[in-house]
Amino acid sequence: MAHGIPTTGELAEAVREFLERDVMPAADGRLRFLTRVAANVVAQIEREVALGGQHAQAHAERLSTLGVANDVELARAIREGSLDDRMDEVVAATRAKVVDKLRVANPRHLRSADQNS
Amino acid sequence: MTGVGAAVGVLEDQLRAVLCEALAQDMAVRDLRQLTGGASRQTWSFDAVGSDGSVRPLILRRDPPEAHGEGMSIEARAIRAARRAGVPEPEIIAYGDDPAALDAPFIVMERLEGETLARRILRDEAYAEVRPRLAEQCGEILARIHSIPLDEVPGLEHPDVVADVRETIRSYDDASPALELGLRWLDEHRPPPTDEVVVHGDFRNGNLIIGPDGIRAVLDWELVHRGDPMQDLGYLCVRAWRFGVDRPVGGFGDYEDLFRGYERVSGRSVDPEVVRYWEVFGTVWWGGGCMDQAWRHLSGDERSVELAAIGRRVWEQEYDVLLLLEGRLGGA
Repeated sequence: MAHGIPTTGELAEAVREFLERDVMPAADGRLRFLTRVAANVVAQIEREVALGGQHAQAHAERLSTLGVANDVELARAIREGSLDDRMDEVVAATRAKVVDKLRVANPRHLRSADQNS
Repeated sequence: MTGVGAAVGVLEDQLRAVLCEALAQDMAVRDLRQLTGGASRQTWSFDAVGSDGSVRPLILRRDPPEAHGEGMSIEARAIRAARRAGVPEPEIIAYGDDPAALDAPFIVMERLEGETLARRILRDEAYAEVRPRLAEQCGEILARIHSIPLDEVPGLEHPDVVADVRETIRSYDDASPALELGLRWLDEHRPPPTDEVVVHGDFRNGNLIIGPDGIRAVLDWELVHRGDPMQDLGYLCVRAWRFGVDRPVGGFGDYEDLFRGYERVSGRSVDPEVVRYWEVFGTVWWGGGCMDQAWRHLSGDERSVELAAIGRRVWEQEYDVLLLLEGRLGGA
């Protein structure tokens, strides 16, 4: 969004449509497969552009409640046991972040209860 | 393109020499073509034609030339031992760790017809009739693998697989609180020691050749090692190997089918909690595997959009670990 219209998301969408409409039908075998992979990657970029900001903010709030700065510190706290007395919150924060990441990367992998909220 | 053609010509000549020695007769190599792999881990298909006109359909597997030690010969010996134990396996024609013969460690084996693509096995009409029997058949085959006498596969290690996966995951920059929760749980819930058996290590939908008559071969023995037999049962049930179908055993069957086949042939009884332990392990392990693949791209070793995309499959394993451990992680 930093540089106006067309936005990053709109450009990514254009690339994905090009891959799906123009390249895929003209390709076969390995190239067709890789084109589908590439189109999926671009679809992730579109979703991340749309959702990434709010996901990052929500996770920052969860982490600050737990008194850690980022996932590296959270991982270390899990490893060392320093947040064991708040394990339910640790699991809930970890889970919420993973669900958000999959809403970007592969929403179909989520159980239906996690697909939207 | 002449470079590629010449390279194939050289490989043909090398293969002919290997076959002549292994089969003690003069063989011609026909229809040599590469099936999978780039520079590393190649699979080639070809026919060996004898002077009497007989044709043997064969497969060549070739590791990268820098592949370590005796991996290929251990794999070949494991496949031969499995075949003797009644596991459906291709016949091994020749193998070697010495790169002198084929520029890389290699195995030449019988080429069996059938389907390996998991999504087709789970969805194609051709396998509709056999699908309900596959989980039980997996149990029977795993029981036979676990009956292989240890001395028939010398050189097999008994690694601490949980320590190994922890080391893999922590070697990368990206922290994973979810996989750390999985590793903690795995450390704190180790099952009691068991009989030491030959563990396949990568027994799953996708590494099996399937025909309308059932399982025709078990492939990909690169991870064979000594360990807990339940590791193979749990691994087969990892959610990633269900390929989107909601049946726990490879997407084609239920736990009871697998356990029934295994118990009948092995005489061991299956503790579902121990299988679950190894299912958690397998899920964490594949999270590390996805990291390995992503970093082949990220490090610049092998730039590939496919490998980059696999980096985000780590998150699917994170989610699946948390599903498996729901209600089992400390706290209240």
